[in-house]
Amino acid sequence: MRIATAKQSYSSDEALLRTNTQWAWMGILALALLAAPFLLDGYWLYLACLVTINVASATGLNILTGFTGLVSLGQAAFMAVGAYTVAVLQRDVGTPFLFNLLAAGALTAIVGVLVGLPSLRVKGLYLAIATIAASFILHFVFVNWQSLTNGPSGISLEPATFFGAPLTSNFHLYWVFVPITALMVLGAANLFRTRIGRAFIAIRDRDISAEVLGIPLLRYKLLSFAISSFYAGIAGGMWAYFFRVVTPESFPFITSIFFLAAIIVGGMGTILGGIVGAVFMTLVPELLRFLVEWASPFVPNAGTLLSPVRTVVFGALIVGFLVFEPQGMAEIIQRIRRFFHLWPFRK
Amino acid sequence: MSDELLFFTEVSLAGLGSGALLSITALAFVLIYKATRVINLAVSEILMLGGYLFFAAAAGFGLPAWIAIPLAIIGGGIVGAIVERGVIRPMLGESAISVFMVTVGLGSVLVGLAELTWGTDPRTLPEFMSNTPIFLGDVYLSPKIAIAMAVAAVVVPLFLLLFRFWRGGVALRATATDQAAAYSCGINVPGVFSLAWIIGCATAAGAGILLGAIGGISPAMGVFGLSALVVVIVGGLDSVAGALIGGLVIGLVEALAGTYLGGEFKMVTTFGILIVALMIRPYGLFGTTEIERL
Repeated sequence: MRIATAKQSYSSDEALLRTNTQWAWMGILALALLAAPFLLDGYWLYLACLVTINVASATGLNILTGFTGLVSLGQAAFMAVGAYTVAVLQRDVGTPFLFNLLAAGALTAIVGVLVGLPSLRVKGLYLAIATIAASFILHFVFVNWQSLTNGPSGISLEPATFFGAPLTSNFHLYWVFVPITALMVLGAANLFRTRIGRAFIAIRDRDISAEVLGIPLLRYKLLSFAISSFYAGIAGGMWAYFFRVVTPESFPFITSIFFLAAIIVGGMGTILGGIVGAVFMTLVPELLRFLVEWASPFVPNAGTLLSPVRTVVFGALIVGFLVFEPQGMAEIIQRIRRFFHLWPFRK
Repeated sequence: MSDELLFFTEVSLAGLGSGALLSITALAFVLIYKATRVINLAVSEILMLGGYLFFAAAAGFGLPAWIAIPLAIIGGGIVGAIVERGVIRPMLGESAISVFMVTVGLGSVLVGLAELTWGTDPRTLPEFMSNTPIFLGDVYLSPKIAIAMAVAAVVVPLFLLLFRFWRGGVALRATATDQAAAYSCGINVPGVFSLAWIIGCATAAGAGILLGAIGGISPAMGVFGLSALVVVIVGGLDSVAGALIGGLVIGLVEALAGTYLGGEFKMVTTFGILIVALMIRPYGLFGTTEIERL
């Protein structure tokens, strides 16, 4: 049972981590992240990098969908904008790594604002469908703006250099990606302690009431689009450096659904949810792969079953969580926390 | 008739034909939305499933087309009933977005199941329509597209009549207007929900057979549903007439854009129309404007 957490100042009451237990868990997480690249082998390190990128993007989508209530099915297209920005800058200009990432974020934010413009008039499902339209139009641009994007064959990138050190292996990339993503998640967590973040939440809960309270709806909705696509752009930039080839098919429409599914499974409107959801949804297909490999001696041509089984499980996870656990995994974690707060006095 | 005009007419007719298919698919969206306020993206996958069920009945069991077609349509209806009762009913009262995402997830499950059962390769349906080309004057018209148009010409007015005169149709309109009032008039509202899903999914399955007969079937053919979604948004989510007119317009524009601008412009034109429609008339050309109260 947790006792003696009385707060003595407002700042300690508003702090991100309020209890010693939370600090302890955060310390364990930091240690694990530090130790991971030395303990994991190549394949798991590859997955760790991929998870990091997806966490960054899912957190961005969570700002827009989970906290502001604007459903977007364009996250993959935004990531593609970021990835193409990085690729083109790297190919034609040769600007440094961090500058490219920031430029990708900035350009994607501008595109995000443009895509968000219909939110002036429509919301809910209509907005989601408008973002579907926008992502197909962006895909068209990537395929047909041959001189810039090299069309369907895409752009290949040289390995990035980070202050003179080449980022060739996943081991190197891990040390760059994890701090960037950690900063982004921290930024998102802090955003919702500020006026802007509070305004986002007010808009989500009841947009008309928020307007009555003096929140200019259009400006804040567009701001939310901008921040969210900034995150997507940086994630897309990291993606480009990670896979080192960007084609229009790198970011199919299903990826947008993937990110929306990730925050639904993780828990919309909580920072923790975005992280947990992205980790979970990235790793589930891999777990299925192990399952299929394990089953291959017993089931004929198990290998061909992998892709359909993944599709089924992906859909079933979305449906299952929405029907049985609409608050997502973050809620499960909260439940476990509450249990230990009162343990052993209440079951 | 000059060659150019002849070509234009042929392209337009083909466009109207695929527009007719879009209209039928859009009907499935409209029907389900009207009764239950759910945008059911899984309509695309039910469409795919309809094509595969027909394939299984006609090619797998060797049944003649006149048995296989009703079987596939009934199969679609049964899937609709199961989905409505099992997954959508528990979601009653949840936000529209959640239910929409449930149907997206369902779509993914259906695609995966179809891939598990029939594999991922595209297939062609056994021939069940005549192949004699039809000429209207000098204009060539593919017989399959003519059949699609004929089916749409029968189905859409049939739906309009059913909504107007049939008890179930009237109950459905009553439920759409005011659920509480419909309840107090003794209408079985959950029953109406099931009915709308069954008929909607059966319609989608029927459209899937037609689409499969024209272009072959594959687990990915549900993409067609996205165009139909554009149709219902442009035409108005709760308007049967909107589905018909929107479908024909989108089909025509897609065909003309695909021919005169190049195939890659098809999707872009469709979605361009969608964005313009959303900016000008968010609730569609024939849709009911939603009024929001605090």
